[in-house]
Amino acid sequence: MYPENYKYTKEHEWILVEGDKGTIGITDHAQQELGDIVYVDLPKAGTAVELGKALGSVESVKAVSDIYSPVNGEVLESNAELATAPEKLNADPHGAAWLVKVKLADLAEVAGLMSAADYQAYLGE
Amino acid sequence: MESATAVLLKTPLNAVHRASGAKMVDFGGWDMPVQYTGILDEHATVRNRVGLFDVSHMGEIEIRGPQALELVNWVSCNDAGKLQLGQAHYSGLILEGGGFVDDILVHKFAGDHYFLCVNASNQNKDFAHIVEQSGGFDASVENVGPTLSQIAVQGPRAVETLQKLTATELAPIGYYWFKSGEVSGTPATIARTGYTGEDGFEIYVSNDEAPRIWKELMAAGEEFGIKPAGLGARNTLRLEAAMALYGHEITDELNPLEAGLSWIVKFNKGEFLGKAKLLEIKAAGLKRKLCGFKMTGRGIGRDGYEIAGGGWVTSGGPGPTVGMNIGLCYLPLEKANIGQPIQVMIRNQAVDAEVIATPFYKRAK
Repeated sequence: MYPENYKYTKEHEWILVEGDKGTIGITDHAQQELGDIVYVDLPKAGTAVELGKALGSVESVKAVSDIYSPVNGEVLESNAELATAPEKLNADPHGAAWLVKVKLADLAEVAGLMSAADYQAYLGE
Repeated sequence: MESATAVLLKTPLNAVHRASGAKMVDFGGWDMPVQYTGILDEHATVRNRVGLFDVSHMGEIEIRGPQALELVNWVSCNDAGKLQLGQAHYSGLILEGGGFVDDILVHKFAGDHYFLCVNASNQNKDFAHIVEQSGGFDASVENVGPTLSQIAVQGPRAVETLQKLTATELAPIGYYWFKSGEVSGTPATIARTGYTGEDGFEIYVSNDEAPRIWKELMAAGEEFGIKPAGLGARNTLRLEAAMALYGHEITDELNPLEAGLSWIVKFNKGEFLGKAKLLEIKAAGLKRKLCGFKMTGRGIGRDGYEIAGGGWVTSGGPGPTVGMNIGLCYLPLEKANIGQPIQVMIRNQAVDAEVIATPFYKRAK
C-alpha cells in the first residue's frame, strides 16, 4: 500500500526523493479521510515552499485541507491534470496524482521524515 | 489534539451503519454516518435512483388538546389553521426578537393533535421553549423524539421502493401530505416530505422496529439501485435545493424575512411570538437578504467565508448535479440582485462569483 521508497509526514503527505528533486503527494490514508476530492489548489513553478508551511490545498465535498510542504525548496512543476480531474487524487494518490515536484534546498531534511513502516505504525495499522 | 469526548448519542440504526462500513462523525452530539460509499455517489443515487437516510436523530414533539392549534399558532409563524387533516407544512419557531428558535415541520393529525418534526440538536431547546410558552393554553406538549426513529426514502424510485412494504397507496399522497398506516406490519407515519429536492418520503416508526424496516427497505429498493446515504450527501442535496439549515441560513439572530422565508410568516393569522418584531423589521425595510451564488472564479466559497464589501457565506460547496460550485450567502440589500457580481474571500483571496436564482436544482415534475 505505502511505497517503501517514499518518506511520510504526520500530516499525511509523502515525498519521493530522486537526486536533488522531490515529488510530493498526499497519502492514501489522507484521500480516504477526505472523501471525494473536488478541487486542488497548487503553487506555480518557481514558488518557494517552506518546510511545515502550506504549499496548497485539497478540497473534498465537505472540507478544505492544507497540504504542508515536507521540505524547503522551490516548485519545479505542479500536476496540471488535477485542475480538471481532481478525482484522480482519490484513485491514485501515490502515483499519477502526485501534486508538485520541487527542487530540494537541503537533502538532510528528508531524514527526519517517516519510513513506510513508521508511517503505517503511526496510522495504527 | 484529542479532546476528552463526551458520550455520543446513537440512533437505533447505529450498529447497522457501523456494520455497513459507514464513516461516522460527531454531528451535534450524535454519532452519525457522514458517508457510506462516498458523498458524490450517494448524491447521484438520490437524484437518479433512491437513497435511504437515517434521520432518527431528528426530534419530534406532539401537541394535543382543545387548544393545540392555538398553541402551535402562537409559537410558530406559519398558519397551522390552514392545514387540513393529513397535511404538513414548513414553519419556524420564532423568538420574541424575530430570530429562529428552530425551523420545523408541522403535521396536522387531528384538530386537537399536531406533530412537529424539529432539528436534532435543537430538540431539547424547542421542547423547553414550547412548554414555557404553553402556560395559557389548554394543550399538552410531549417530547416523543426519544421513542421514534425517522427514515427518509428519497429519490425518483422512492414510491416504488416503499410501496412494496405498505398497503397504504402512496401515489395519491401529495407533496407535504402524510398518512398514518403500516410499513411492513408496524405502525408508521408516512409523510411525502424530504430535504433533498427529490420526491420521497419520511417515515416515522418506533425505535425497536427501525433496524428491521431499514433492512427491508434496502432489500425492497435493491432492484432500483438503492443505497444508504449519509449526512454529507444530505447536505449537498439540500444545498442544491436551496433549503435552509439551522445554524447556517437561519439562527436565533437571523429572521425569516431576510432568510427569504416570508412565505412562512402569516401576519394576518392573529398574534404569535415574534410578530411585533417581524412587523417592525418589515416596516423598517430589510438590511440584508439571503441569496444564491455560483463561483465564476476558481475555488469553492464555503460556510463562514466573507463576501468582499459585506456579507458572508452561510453554506457553500460543490453542487454535484448542477455542476457548479454553489452557495447561499447574506448580502447587503443593494447587492442582493440576480446577476450581481460578488467576490468571495477564499483564504485571503477575492474570488469571483455571481448571484443566481435559487433553487439551484429543481427536479422535473
